[in-house]
Amino acid sequence: MRHRSLILAVSTAVSMGFAASVAAKTLVYCSEGSPEGFNPSLYTSGTTFDASSHTIFDRLVQFKRGTTQIEPGLASSWEASADGLSYTFHLRKGVKFQTTKNFTPSRDFNADDVLYSFNRQWLKTNPDYKLSGGTYEYFNGMDMPKLLKSIKKVDDYTVKFTLNTPEAPFLADMAMDFASIMSAEYAAKMRAAGTPNKIDQDPVGTGPFQLTSYQKDAIIRYKANPDYWAGKASIDKLVFAITPDAAVRYAKLKAGECQVMPYPNPADIASIKKDPNITLLQQEGLNVGYLAFNTEKKPFTDVRVRQALNMATNKQAIIDAVFQGAGKIAKNPIPPTIWSYNDAVKDYPYDPAKAKALLAEAGYPNGFTTDIWAMPVQRPYNPNARRMAEIIQADWAKVGVKAKIVTYEWGEYLKRSKAGEHQTVLLGWTGDNGDPDNFMYVLLGCAAANNGANRARWCYKPFNDLLIQAKRTTDIAKRTELYKKAQVVFKEQAPWITIAHSIVYMPMSNKVVGYKIDPFGGHEFYGVDLK
Amino acid sequence: MFKFFLTRVSLVIPTFIGVTLLSFALIRLVPGDPIELLVGERGIDPARHAMLRADLGLDKPLLTQYGIYITNVLHGDLGRSIVTKEPVIKEFFTLFPATVELSLFAIFFAVLIGMPMGVLAAVKRGSIFDYSTMGISLAGYSMPIFWWALLLMLYFSVYLGWTPVSGRISVMFDVEPVTGFMLIDSLLSDDRGAFTSAVSHLILPALALGTIPLAVIARMTRSSMLEVLSEDYIRTARAKGLSPLRVIGLHGLRNALIPVVTVIGLQVGVLFAGAILTETIFAWPGVGKWLVESVRRRDYPVLQGGVLLIATVVMTINLLVDMLYGLINPRIRRK
Repeated sequence: MRHRSLILAVSTAVSMGFAASVAAKTLVYCSEGSPEGFNPSLYTSGTTFDASSHTIFDRLVQFKRGTTQIEPGLASSWEASADGLSYTFHLRKGVKFQTTKNFTPSRDFNADDVLYSFNRQWLKTNPDYKLSGGTYEYFNGMDMPKLLKSIKKVDDYTVKFTLNTPEAPFLADMAMDFASIMSAEYAAKMRAAGTPNKIDQDPVGTGPFQLTSYQKDAIIRYKANPDYWAGKASIDKLVFAITPDAAVRYAKLKAGECQVMPYPNPADIASIKKDPNITLLQQEGLNVGYLAFNTEKKPFTDVRVRQALNMATNKQAIIDAVFQGAGKIAKNPIPPTIWSYNDAVKDYPYDPAKAKALLAEAGYPNGFTTDIWAMPVQRPYNPNARRMAEIIQADWAKVGVKAKIVTYEWGEYLKRSKAGEHQTVLLGWTGDNGDPDNFMYVLLGCAAANNGANRARWCYKPFNDLLIQAKRTTDIAKRTELYKKAQVVFKEQAPWITIAHSIVYMPMSNKVVGYKIDPFGGHEFYGVDLK
Repeated sequence: MFKFFLTRVSLVIPTFIGVTLLSFALIRLVPGDPIELLVGERGIDPARHAMLRADLGLDKPLLTQYGIYITNVLHGDLGRSIVTKEPVIKEFFTLFPATVELSLFAIFFAVLIGMPMGVLAAVKRGSIFDYSTMGISLAGYSMPIFWWALLLMLYFSVYLGWTPVSGRISVMFDVEPVTGFMLIDSLLSDDRGAFTSAVSHLILPALALGTIPLAVIARMTRSSMLEVLSEDYIRTARAKGLSPLRVIGLHGLRNALIPVVTVIGLQVGVLFAGAILTETIFAWPGVGKWLVESVRRRDYPVLQGGVLLIATVVMTINLLVDMLYGLINPRIRRK
């Protein structure tokens, strides 16, 4: 009995703690894991970006909250040259870096900080290039070393980027996490003090929240940056309670131990919807799950075979069984949240009879034997590739195509499919910068067709020409037209079976107001308030 | 005793070689490349891939890699994590106190309940109490920890609201990590509620993690007690007219303790294994979860270093347990 009263006393103390917290406006977010570190240019995971670039740092331009549109960030305006080869950014004045226990800024943000942030990732001569193991995977992954010709400081508040080739998505790249702006002054100070690593461990940015403490696998604490250039955040304190298990995150949300949680179990969605204290937001994710035909191998060299198998696949059954409702049929290679999404494109209907006829026309009246590669891991665009492969296998069997399911360890899978060892492969993509180019050129362009991300190994000149044209102009209206045309060509040629876009669910307490789902899959708390 | 100690310690060397070799070889036998995993769908061009592998020293022959690793270990350098780029030893000692705290409480709980349960079951052999406790302990032993932990959490934390769901302390208490042991740190902090909050967070994870050792200890105590109770000296003690409490407590239990203590020592290994699941469910920032994550990401240095450090701890504890025998039973000391 005494034991029970102890627990009761404790839980009362805990709930009193929470009552006090509401007054201090503390928002607790049950995050899914520990960040790899606090410098977003060094790492690639969304968990790290949530903890660093979405809270502590800003970029020259940024995505308008909840959209993929670009708006001014640390640059209040910019212009691109007519040839698309140079971008001039005019920096915002009076922006202050955060004051932390290690650092009190002596000057405002200026062009030196922009130069430092990019040069550290780009130039081997930068003193901090090798710091913290410096590999800058995103900077390299987005081909910046090839693209950048020079970055020049025009004056304290003007920076000019010159490119080697015109690349319209460059502006969107500047809104990506790796392009976060660090303080050159802080870096110099820490270097002088002999503790250069501090800039990556105790980060200083210009963002809405500043880091106050971090305990690995347990908790990250932030406080609102009082000097934030766009106005102080509505919540005073932001806490990430690191909770790796989805069922436990939901339990914590129900018990009031946190107010927002990411990545609920699909199986819990129904019960979350019924809970009167919880609001469930949902949106299509910025991703696409697909099956790519190896168009270099017979019989997939024949467009009729690819079209036939498109018709033989029952996508709705996949959405129901594999996504359990948390997905939407994909008809284009880009998700509907991206500009230039062509809604006029008509998907292949599920029609086994027609598929069989088309196969016969292509010379395969009795079908053929092939393989379907299924990923060994859960991805946002495909929660269960094995199950998906089984459904496709059964569908194809109905039109006489006998497929064997093949799988490898994830790293191996990526490597072998890149080398084109497959006949057909299940894979997907999550967008980086919200630009259609980031899906279509990266995944279907000729440049990636030979041992690149283009798993269909599909190099089709009419399609590729449209993409190249779209890269060369910065006029959004013109680009939209070109990408819309490209989607029509893509559907006709059917190098993929576009399968699904996932649906992202965000359960949160009713007390949370103003939360917007980030189409990039991140989690942001500036602009969020508590009732 | 000293000679015994020396023989035991000398056994540590082959164990050390075995552990390093195994952890080194096993993780490399599993297909997968840390760099491919890091870049995912995006991919990486072959030249850059080769450069990164060379940076990590993965381009050298395996035997050379092992040689470098062992040399570094002997110099006290366990390397840096491929993922976070932090020194392995630093990460380990940030997380290890949490695992120790949880394991200590789990074993404390298991012994506190399990031993009396076993003794009583032995004394009341064949009674309903005997059958029911042994039945329950068998169930406890067979229970999947993650399921049991979730069940406990849903009932006590979500349904009844008695205990907090997960974590080591309420997020309202910003306790400075001095020792890494939350109970001690919370006492050191000025916050009054911090200590009670830390205790309340410890109850369910310790219960979940302690369930299997409890079952094992209860069953071991019972069978060992039964054996001892049929010994001549127990009959003699009874014949001398000693009170049943003295017969069971002093002559019975003390003699029955040796196998029980061995089992408790061995349970330390079981605890670390169980901690992996318990830590993940209760969001407990310990080394178990850290190691699992390192396997998933092929973070070779973390896995090798972590396994080596844990093996060292388990070996040390078992050595101490062996030393304990002598204290409990003088007959062993004389041998």
